[in-house]
Parts: sequence; structure tokens; C-alpha cells
Amino acid sequence: MGKFILARSAQALLVLAVMSVVIYALIGLMPGDPIDLMISADPKMTSADAAALREIYGLNQPLYRRYLAWLGAALQGDLGYSRLFGQPVLDVLLPALGNTLLLMASAFLIAVAIALPLGTLAAAKPRSALDYGVNLYAFAGISLPSFWLALLLIMLFSVTLGWLPAGGMAPAGAPLGEQLRHLALPVATVATLHIGAYSRYMRSAMLEVLRHDYIRTARAKGASERRVVWVHAWRNALIPVVTILALDFGFLFSGALVTETIFSWPGMGKLIFDAVMGNDFNLAIVALLFATALTLLGNLIADLLYAKLDPRITVGRPR
Amino acid sequence: MARRVTYNLPLLLLAAIALACLLAPWLSPYPPAAQQLLLGAQPPSVAHWLGTDIFGRDLLTRLLYGGRLSLLVGLTATAVALLIGVSWGAVAGYVGGRLDAVMMRIVDTLYALPFVIFVVLMMVVFGRSLLLLFIAIGAVEWLTMARIVRAQVRAIVHSDYIEAARCLGLSRWQIVTRHILPNCAGPIIVYTTLTIPSVMLLEAFLSFLGLGVQPPDASWGLLINQGVETMEEYPWLLLYPALALTATLLCLNLVGDRLRDRLEGSAVGGDR
Repeated sequence: MGKFILARSAQALLVLAVMSVVIYALIGLMPGDPIDLMISADPKMTSADAAALREIYGLNQPLYRRYLAWLGAALQGDLGYSRLFGQPVLDVLLPALGNTLLLMASAFLIAVAIALPLGTLAAAKPRSALDYGVNLYAFAGISLPSFWLALLLIMLFSVTLGWLPAGGMAPAGAPLGEQLRHLALPVATVATLHIGAYSRYMRSAMLEVLRHDYIRTARAKGASERRVVWVHAWRNALIPVVTILALDFGFLFSGALVTETIFSWPGMGKLIFDAVMGNDFNLAIVALLFATALTLLGNLIADLLYAKLDPRITVGRPR
Repeated sequence: MARRVTYNLPLLLLAAIALACLLAPWLSPYPPAAQQLLLGAQPPSVAHWLGTDIFGRDLLTRLLYGGRLSLLVGLTATAVALLIGVSWGAVAGYVGGRLDAVMMRIVDTLYALPFVIFVVLMMVVFGRSLLLLFIAIGAVEWLTMARIVRAQVRAIVHSDYIEAARCLGLSRWQIVTRHILPNCAGPIIVYTTLTIPSVMLLEAFLSFLGLGVQPPDASWGLLINQGVETMEEYPWLLLYPALALTATLLCLNLVGDRLRDRLEGSAVGGDR
């Protein structure tokens, strides 16, 4: 087990290193650099000034030299300043990460809490009205664009009914109720879209398990149907579902770009988008790497969890 | 009979939408980009069934032309994903061994990355051409296809008829293209059908962010994007494009699921 964790961590680190090159190169290839922005902001600047500034900041160096310089500084803990926010990158990044986690983890928990029982009930009574309902909902969930759902919710709850704020996040010191009111719509958007897929995973895993002999045995010895489903089958059906959920959990860190943008939720997705669009090199690179690293971590946890839950699986062998 | 119709409803609806979009130039009396600034935004009427936008352009016409672009992106990007995914999966599955391990590890790794963000980055770096949009989306969506094909190929590569083909002296290329891939057709077809809606969703998403299709062209995602700006004054400009997109995606997903039931027996969720 220890060896497995070590090997997978080493692999994740390698991937991260490769990604840092790719991300740096992509950002470096973006049209325009900070000096171009300075020129457009200051009409008195001459091209000689610009060249001098590029010399000072090392922007005239080839890309790989810049990358190595950046890497050297980053490894010593100097991630640079964000151009857009005028603050050290980490000071901008960490609050955004926290906001994204708050949004995504709440949505994730709500979606799981609703979807797993729903999927189980649908599988326990195949071809019932509930089963068809869950199925249809699942298809709506993967067919509905997130921005459209978000806009519908805003139109209904903010514009028409006026119950909830249309966007933004409550200021830090605001009372809990106010915080929750701001959280409600973005969480509802993300959760609604995930419930469909999750309940379908649960439903198919449950159907698979209910076919087994030990379920027939449980029924034969006279266990009630409720006991068969919720005690005998439920735990076994959870194994594949938990793995899928853990894989999905990795994606939570990069945030929900569109949902965050529409609700002006100051999270990772929106931060990365703004940084990329605003030529904020330092911030974009570090934020992308952070999201990648956390996603890789989520996947590693998913692998371990899978082995932990199902003793038949041994780790370490090539799959 | 009535049951048959309900069963085939998604397919029929899909065909109707696709046909209407395809025949847009003949169905609509209005050119898609002709502005009537004096007319401005009008709610739905007899002359303009779905109303007009702020430039006085007929919304239904723009919707049909937008659908052409959305469907075109959906089909082309899916073809790109199909090409990469099938080749990758077939090579890994057929050759096996170390190469297989490395190739599938690469797929695992790419799976693990927050991909939408990379698409955004690519669109920013390489400019916003339609061709690039196809390639960028296709390059993101091939992973699942590669996995499915590889699993199928692994399953049949040791069957007797493949062995026989090898004994007859067929080249690797011939074995893979004539004997292995045709036997993987079921899952490939099913997954292709399910890729189209997810590709279209990604296109809508990019266009919604202003990174996909550029005006004066229009796709459904872009129409939704433009509709949002005026959603309080002229809600129909948002409503109809969004409905068109959602209905099409829903139909595509339902058709794909039916196909899966038909070709693969039980429906075990494979959508990511």
C-alpha cells in the first residue's frame, strides 16, 4: 500500500511538472504581454522605453529561459504578484480556493444526499413511475446547459419573486442567514445538474448488485425487501459509485466556471478565467497549476478509496 | 402504434430540427444577417414567428442558421474525437503490453486534468477560428472513446477468427481495419451518438463565454449569450435559443441511450 501511494504520488508530481511547462508555454504564447498593456495605457511611452522595460523584466528572453527563472523563484516560494489585483498571487488565490470549495462542496454534498437514495429507490422498483422520473431527470441534467439553468433560477427567484440575491457573495462579517441566501442559487445550479448523473450511477450500480445470488439468498431467508435493498445491496452498490464520486470530487477544485461567472461568485473558475483574459500571467499560471494539483490529488484519493472499500482489489498491480 | 410514436419521438423531433436547420435558406423568407434597425426588437408576431432581435433580424431565421452551425460543430468535432479516440484505442488494444500501458496511462492522466479550462486557454492563445474550435473540442472529447475502443479490442484480439486471419497472412492494418474494428462498431456508434450532445454543450459553453463562434455568425450558444444581455426587456431572445439547444441535446441523449439499450443490452451508466 505504501509503495503504491509513493508510486502514484511520484507520477502525479511528474504530471504536475509537465503541466507546468505546458501551462507556462501556453500562457507565454498568448498574444500581448504586460508591456503592451502599459503602452496602450500610456501614449507617451516610446518603443525604446518599451524595449528597456522588456529588458528589465526579462520579457525579451526566450521562453525556456523565462520558464526556468519562474520555476526557480516559484520553488523558493516566490510566486510573484498578480497584475490585476496588485497583490501577491497566493493572497488572491487562497480566498478564491476557499470560496470555490464552499460552493462546490455544499453542492456536492446536497447532490449526493439526494441522488443516492433516489437512484436506489429507482432501482428497487424498476419501470415504476419513480424510475422513469429519475431517468428523465437524469437526461435533463446532462442536456441542460448550466448557464441556462442558472439564468432560469435568477429570473424566477431574484427577478420575479425577489427572494434571493442574483449574485455576489455576502461580505465576510455578514450574518449566517445572509451568507446562505447568497449561496443558495449557485449551489442549487451546480447540485441540480449533478443529481441526474449521480442518481443514474447509483441506479445502475444497484441494479447490477440486485442480480447477485446473495441477494436471492437474503430474500429466500425471508428478509424484508426494504432490508434487502438498504442493508444487503446498498453497501455493495456504493463501491463503484463512491469511486466515481471521488473522481468527480477532484473537479470541484477547479470550480464551476460558468456558474461562478453568472453569479459573480469569486471562486477559482472565475479567477482563472479573469486571469487568462486579463493577461495576468503570474496569477493564471499558478491558479491553473493549483487546480491541476488538487485534481490529481482527488484522483489519487479516489484510487485509494476504491481499494479500501473493496477488499478484493489489490493495489500495486498494473491494471 | 401510439406507443411506437412516443418511443420514437426524440428521433422524429431531432430529424425535424436538423431538417429545418438544413433547409433554412429555403424555409425562411429573411436573410439571417439583414438588419432592419427601424424595426428593432419585436415580440413574436405573424410576420416574425419568434420575434426579432435588437437589430430587427428575424429570430427564427437566426435560430435555424445558428442550428446549422451548432450541429456542424457537433458533427465535425465528434468526427475529430472519433478519429483520435478510435485510432488511439485500437493501437493500444491491439499492440498491448508496455505500449498499451503507457498509452492508457496518458489517457488516465489527461482525464485527471481540469479540461474545460484548457480549452479556454487554447482558444485564447490560438485565436478564435471555427476550425480551431472543432479541433480543440474534438481533442478534449476523445478520451472516453479511446477507453471504450481499447477495452473492446482487448476483448476480441485473442478470438479464434483473429488468430485465423493472422494465420492467413493478413497484415496488421488489414486485421485491425477489416476484422477488429467492424466488431467494435456497436459501442463506437453508441458512444458517438452520446458524444455529439456533449460536444454541442461545450460549444455552447464556449460561445456563451464569447470564445466560440464569433458574430456575425451565430450558433445557439452565441444567440443565448446575446439573449442574456437583454433578457429583462426582450426575454424571447433568450428563451427560444435556449429551448432549441436544450431540446436538441435532450433528444440526442435519449436517442443515444435507446441505441445503447438496443446494441449493448442493459443500460449501465457510462456518461461522465
